[in-house]
Amino acid sequence: MSTNVARVLVCLEEVGAEYEVVNIDFQAKEHKSAEHLARNPFGQIPAFQDGDVVLFESRAISKYIIRKYKSAGEAADLLREGDLREAAMVDVWTEVEAHQYNPALSPVVYECLIYPAMRGVPTNQKVVDESLEKLRKVLDVYEARLSKHTYLAGDSVSFADLNHFPFTFYFMATPHASLFDSYPHVKAWWERLVARPSMKKLGATMAAAAAGIKQA
Amino acid sequence: MAAPVTVYGPVISPAVARVAACLLEKDVPFQIEPVDMSKGKHKSPSFLKLQPFGQVPAFKDHLTTVFESRAICRYICDQYADRGNQALFGKKEDGAVGRAAIEQWIESEGQSFNPPSLAIIFQLAFAPMMGRTTDLAVVGQNEAKLAKVLDVYDQRLGESQYFAGDDFSLADLVHLPNADFLVNRTNKAGLITERKNLARWWDDVSARPAWKKVTEMQSAPRPS
Repeated sequence: MSTNVARVLVCLEEVGAEYEVVNIDFQAKEHKSAEHLARNPFGQIPAFQDGDVVLFESRAISKYIIRKYKSAGEAADLLREGDLREAAMVDVWTEVEAHQYNPALSPVVYECLIYPAMRGVPTNQKVVDESLEKLRKVLDVYEARLSKHTYLAGDSVSFADLNHFPFTFYFMATPHASLFDSYPHVKAWWERLVARPSMKKLGATMAAAAAGIKQA
Repeated sequence: MAAPVTVYGPVISPAVARVAACLLEKDVPFQIEPVDMSKGKHKSPSFLKLQPFGQVPAFKDHLTTVFESRAICRYICDQYADRGNQALFGKKEDGAVGRAAIEQWIESEGQSFNPPSLAIIFQLAFAPMMGRTTDLAVVGQNEAKLAKVLDVYDQRLGESQYFAGDDFSLADLVHLPNADFLVNRTNKAGLITERKNLARWWDDVSARPAWKKVTEMQSAPRPS
């Protein structure tokens, strides 16, 4: 399953929304069809539709979902929009995931899992080594942060934490998962996250999809 | 009287300029606190308290410290909601839908436009300043990636006055620093000026008083 689709599904699960997943057939170039380009002009996934509302970009979609369902009362305030300072912290660590964490971690996922499985391309060890070096520096910062706070934006879970789920889940299936053992607070935070019902459910789907790809 | 708003970092840095543009659009007075990166001040313990990754900008006001330029911009829009440009992060009456329309193009900028444009800008504008050789292969690869993104942008801006609709918003603002660098400080201006709708949009947004003020600040002699 696409990591960015999973990003949105985690939020849908967390707010308890009913939703339907519609597959886009990349082999048949459906992502470049006029119909899909009308939903996502970059021809990427996910795209999202809720009545007349059509959106692209997984983080924008996710925020819309959280805002829509927040007023239903059941969702934890994952964006903390009742408090300007807390909302800023959620946004800061959401941006950090996008611009620091993911650029360091995702190449390892692509090189170790995705490219070999989906394109039959061997792992580029140089890219992996450079990325792991960057990731260690990022995890130094995360370790310091998570030594002071239970979650990235404070003492309860937020959108910032949820964003880390999809790529980190796949990272843990690479040979480099043990890197997190050197960062005890980061590891503990990760284990708290994946114990959440939303992530257990999606993790099972993602693992099955990954197994399906490997066998293809 | 509230404590001054402080932005840490040189305005020539695209990410710092992004924040300055937002503050100017919102009519929020601020001061720039220089960070001498040539002397490694961005890695000093006191700066790392503000920005633990040792990058610019950092931002501080009476309430809190924020980093990551797009997070700072969103915070400015909400904290100073009653000042300056009222449509920058969506009109109240447009609610979550209006804000989502802006967010998707802010995300496009951060995910698809920024990486290749920044790579080009670094090679063509910053590397020479730092006494490093320009890697033309990197420029070429990123130009190809950026061209695909700009084709999508050109189509969008043929359907819509601004990225998110009829009003200038954060979706447009976040693009300003890198676009300005490409057009005015590299030989790759054509990427923007040779795409009809994108050129129309660029002429419009770059003429905004707030953006003109940012470029004046970028050209001012730097404190030594």
